[in-house]
Amino acid sequence: MSVSDVVRLTDAKLKEFVTEVERLSGQKVSQCYQCGKCSAGCPMAFAMDIDPARIMRLIQLGQREDVLRSRTIWICAACQTCTTRCPQEVEIAHVMDVLRSMALKAGYTEAEREITEALSQFVENIERRGRVFEPELAIRLNIALGRPFKDFGKGIKLFMRGKLPMLPERVRGLKELRGIWEMVRKLELSEGERHGGEGTKHS
Amino acid sequence: MPRIGVFVCHCGVNIAATVDVERVRDELAKHPGVAYSVDYRYMCSDPGQNIIKEAIKEHRLTGVVVAACSPSMHEVTFRSACASAGLNPYLCEMANIREHCSWVHQDREEATKKAIELIRMVVERVKRNEELFPIHIDVTKRALVIGGGIAGIQAALDIADAGYEVVLVEREPSIGGHMAQLSETFPTLDCSQCILTPKMVQVRQHPRIKLLTYSVVEEVSGYVGNFVVTIRKKARSVREDLCTGCGICTQRCPARRDGIPSEFERGLATRPAIYIPFPQAVPNVPVIDREHCRYFLTGRCRVCEQVCPAKAIDYEQQDELITENVGAIVVATGYELISPSIYGEYGGGRFKDVIDGLQFERLLSASGPTGGRLVRPSDGKEVKVVAFIACVGSRDRAKGIPYCSKICCMYIAKHALLFKHRVHDGEAYVFYMDIRAGGKGYDEFVRRAIEEEGACYIRGRVSRIYESNGKLIVCGMDTLSGKLVEVEADLVVLATAMRPSDGFDELARKLRLTYDEHGFFSEAHPKLRPVETNTAGVFLAGACQAPKDIPESVAQASAAAAKVLSLFGMPRIEREPTIAEVNEMTCTGCFDCERVCPYNAIERKEIKDRRGNIIKVVASVNPGLCEGCGACAGTCRNKSITLKGFNDEQVFAQLVSASV
Amino acid sequence: MEAKAQSTADAHPEDAERKLEFAYYPGCSLSGTAVEYGISTKALCNHLGIKLEEIPDWICCGATPAHAIRTLFPLALGARNLALAAKLDKPLLTVCAACFNRLKWTAYELKHNREAREKISQLPGLLDGQTVERLYELQILHLLTVLRELYGIERLSERVRYPLKGLRVACYYGCLLVRPPKVMQFDDPENPRVMDELISAVGAEVVDWAFKTECCGASLALSRSDLVAERVHRILSDAKSRGANIICVACPLCHVNLDVYQIDANAKFGYEHDMPIAYFTQLIGIALGIPAQELGLEKHMVDPMKVLKNALAQKQT
Repeated sequence: MSVSDVVRLTDAKLKEFVTEVERLSGQKVSQCYQCGKCSAGCPMAFAMDIDPARIMRLIQLGQREDVLRSRTIWICAACQTCTTRCPQEVEIAHVMDVLRSMALKAGYTEAEREITEALSQFVENIERRGRVFEPELAIRLNIALGRPFKDFGKGIKLFMRGKLPMLPERVRGLKELRGIWEMVRKLELSEGERHGGEGTKHS
Repeated sequence: MPRIGVFVCHCGVNIAATVDVERVRDELAKHPGVAYSVDYRYMCSDPGQNIIKEAIKEHRLTGVVVAACSPSMHEVTFRSACASAGLNPYLCEMANIREHCSWVHQDREEATKKAIELIRMVVERVKRNEELFPIHIDVTKRALVIGGGIAGIQAALDIADAGYEVVLVEREPSIGGHMAQLSETFPTLDCSQCILTPKMVQVRQHPRIKLLTYSVVEEVSGYVGNFVVTIRKKARSVREDLCTGCGICTQRCPARRDGIPSEFERGLATRPAIYIPFPQAVPNVPVIDREHCRYFLTGRCRVCEQVCPAKAIDYEQQDELITENVGAIVVATGYELISPSIYGEYGGGRFKDVIDGLQFERLLSASGPTGGRLVRPSDGKEVKVVAFIACVGSRDRAKGIPYCSKICCMYIAKHALLFKHRVHDGEAYVFYMDIRAGGKGYDEFVRRAIEEEGACYIRGRVSRIYESNGKLIVCGMDTLSGKLVEVEADLVVLATAMRPSDGFDELARKLRLTYDEHGFFSEAHPKLRPVETNTAGVFLAGACQAPKDIPESVAQASAAAAKVLSLFGMPRIEREPTIAEVNEMTCTGCFDCERVCPYNAIERKEIKDRRGNIIKVVASVNPGLCEGCGACAGTCRNKSITLKGFNDEQVFAQLVSASV
Repeated sequence: MEAKAQSTADAHPEDAERKLEFAYYPGCSLSGTAVEYGISTKALCNHLGIKLEEIPDWICCGATPAHAIRTLFPLALGARNLALAAKLDKPLLTVCAACFNRLKWTAYELKHNREAREKISQLPGLLDGQTVERLYELQILHLLTVLRELYGIERLSERVRYPLKGLRVACYYGCLLVRPPKVMQFDDPENPRVMDELISAVGAEVVDWAFKTECCGASLALSRSDLVAERVHRILSDAKSRGANIICVACPLCHVNLDVYQIDANAKFGYEHDMPIAYFTQLIGIALGIPAQELGLEKHMVDPMKVLKNALAQKQT
């Protein structure tokens, strides 16, 4: 531990991070009493650097860097087990969603580059094609990650069984949809810069 | 001619910092009907009260207005002072210039003007006050205690020892409650039965305690000092006066092979259809469970009747309705544990080797289903590894139980300790969130479990438990070290949440009690009146009011008994005279008042002519039940009900003064 | 297995009288890696007289990646699909667990979250003329619910021609069918039984096991197949230890992970699991007498045919 590891609790930036997470997720972070039930039931906790309960604690302590640079938020499989079992009704899986988009906005993509890339490519595929064109996704991903022949054997077998289509499916109105996706992106970006507000509170 | 005295309190700086008390005093001195106006720093102090007393005599005051704090603070104080000076206490009122004025405003000028107005309003009212005298009610000096667990037993003994008769009603066949099911109690590790049974026997033998077991309260009517209670003594099918408690019938009952789950053993063992719940039961008289008895189901058997040497079996026995007149009631109906069915992640009750705390007590008990041997309910194999899970239900907002059940941290430590005593090479793991050990010797007890007995405490909730290869896999997390943990256990004990006993809603209805969202009965004030309820004459003791352990239950039971004794200690009860009164001349008998009265205080009274014919039926207020809420007065269509101390003249004078 | 599954449909008793016609949402993988799921679904529904009208121009529901890294986009995708379905004026039916989850989530958000409704209303042309209310009033059903409650278990078992003798099935539900319970309202989230009941009704022996709803690793297969291998190994091991000889699924991604990535699990742990993974539509289809070729059973990586042979070799009863 170095001097910089000591957390100065009165630092205003700490509370800013808490407010930001609460606003974007609609969750009251102080509800978490670190019982650890989420971590105990998380199927991916074995591979995480910071378990989910500790992530919630670090958010409470305003530790933006630790949280957004963690591998945890990418290893999370979004299985919703934590949300289901939390005794304080904190939607932890939703908080993870919010942390991922915050991490992307901050440009933190190196913790689990493969996962980040896979997720981004999937979404881009939807925007471009309307329906996911799996072969294109797999190939583009492998190239982007510098492993062009990963799962090549599987790919051949799948193709032989007719499980890899040659052409993407056509969706009518795709051009208009792409226009709407532009708007959506713009709205998402502007929301990230907004300060204050109630977040996604349920009414 | 009214001669009102106005006494303006500074309340230190609470009032005086915001309100110009001297100006107030001077303004009020000018008000018509005010004969004397003075201010003082602390009106409620002895010197302050003396000022009032002397002023009453010196200035021949006909009424007193104390401008100070809220009446809920000091109305009693000032009324007593007036009474001791010879002025009827109901000619004394308070004007609240603190909570309603100085504490909620900052502008000195506005606050002062408001204070003056508030006091003038009360002066106008007091001019129309009439002398009122307390109502005296006779008291039946007998008590009813509902519930025969440790709290009910203690309350009954305390009241009876003071010389009064007590009727103790218990719905199970024996008294003793859950304490009778425990093996040892924390923190002393006394054998539970050993310390309980002397008290149970005392109850049985006490000349002034009438013990009614296997009985329930059917109906309650009346009011403080004068309750009429109907008790249903359910038919045991055994003559209590003839039975010797030999127990032969229970040994020979053929239904003992029918798999009837024993309530006392919490389902870990079976019992016959004619049974005594446990060996030390009081009374030691069996009961026939007619829902499982072969004779009652099929018409064939009657073995118990044949083998009973005392000829005490009586299949024709009926429920008996008993009426008791009592002056006070103590409710001590205790608790139950929630079912683990809401915890699907822990098996939802499907796994035989996942049990609750009371079941573990039965396993530990020498008189329990396994004779005190720690074996698995599923296959009878010895338990070597046990996991104790705290907070199963408690502190779980998602399951609707946000409160802490208070006793679990302690009994888990006890369980871990006792387990290690019995199974020297056994391993005990406790999964906890926090340790709540606030009582005397409690924290030391928990440390003993950890430091001397080697119980392994893991801080973190368990996410799930599943069965695998005959073991129970407990998936947990140690948040202190940040490590995921897993235990392969032979047995898992869940510390399930405490909830009020079944039937709390029905009993509340009969006694006119309120309860919170979880069913725990409401005390009159959480801090200062923990054993009284909002129904005069009904008191609370034990876990029916909130989760608590044995020492607290005993203490609360004695407290409730003390309240009962103070009720009985006076020859008659005095009640506040500010109750409703019906003008029988103008009452039309519509009984809208009866419909709105929350205390069932409106009765029907027949008005007869000289020949005895009924002319009309009018409303009549029962002074023992009326709490002076005024709902009837507000509802009455033709203003036939007035609330003494709050009649129209008084109230309108106050309002008119404000608008002038 | 004594206790019955909890209701898996919103209470719409009048549906029982209605003809079984649905707006069908297949989802992207049913034309790709889960093509046999789509084939067997169509074959089964056809056989039972359940009419599926595919929603024209449906788009991807977003699955996990959309909500994992975007905030408004997943809602827009769901809203678009619900709007297109609403036009057909029939309840929506899907078989993909992820699609089911996302569509229900969209409806839930739109119903309970004012800000979500406002945002969606701001996107011109997205809803293709539908109102937001119409979107969350739409009934969204999984085929499991339709079979159990609308078609009926008794009726289904009456149509069984080849009871699945010799099959010891571990029914695997995965995550997204049942969680989060507030949104999905689908069976018991800790111990669901709807699939067990259906498989039982067609004559198979259903095995009680501990990993019914344990996550398979989901979309991490694309990027971190090593983690998926870990999860797959645990799931397959538990099923095997209970005596299961086949696992039944209702989710395309679970199928891919357990079937296609089974070799990764084998390699990582040095163990041949050899556990076939079938879709519930395929197993029920076999039991009802639909030929195996029409159910896409030859498309799996781990061959299910040897286990199914016993069932298939039976004479017509």
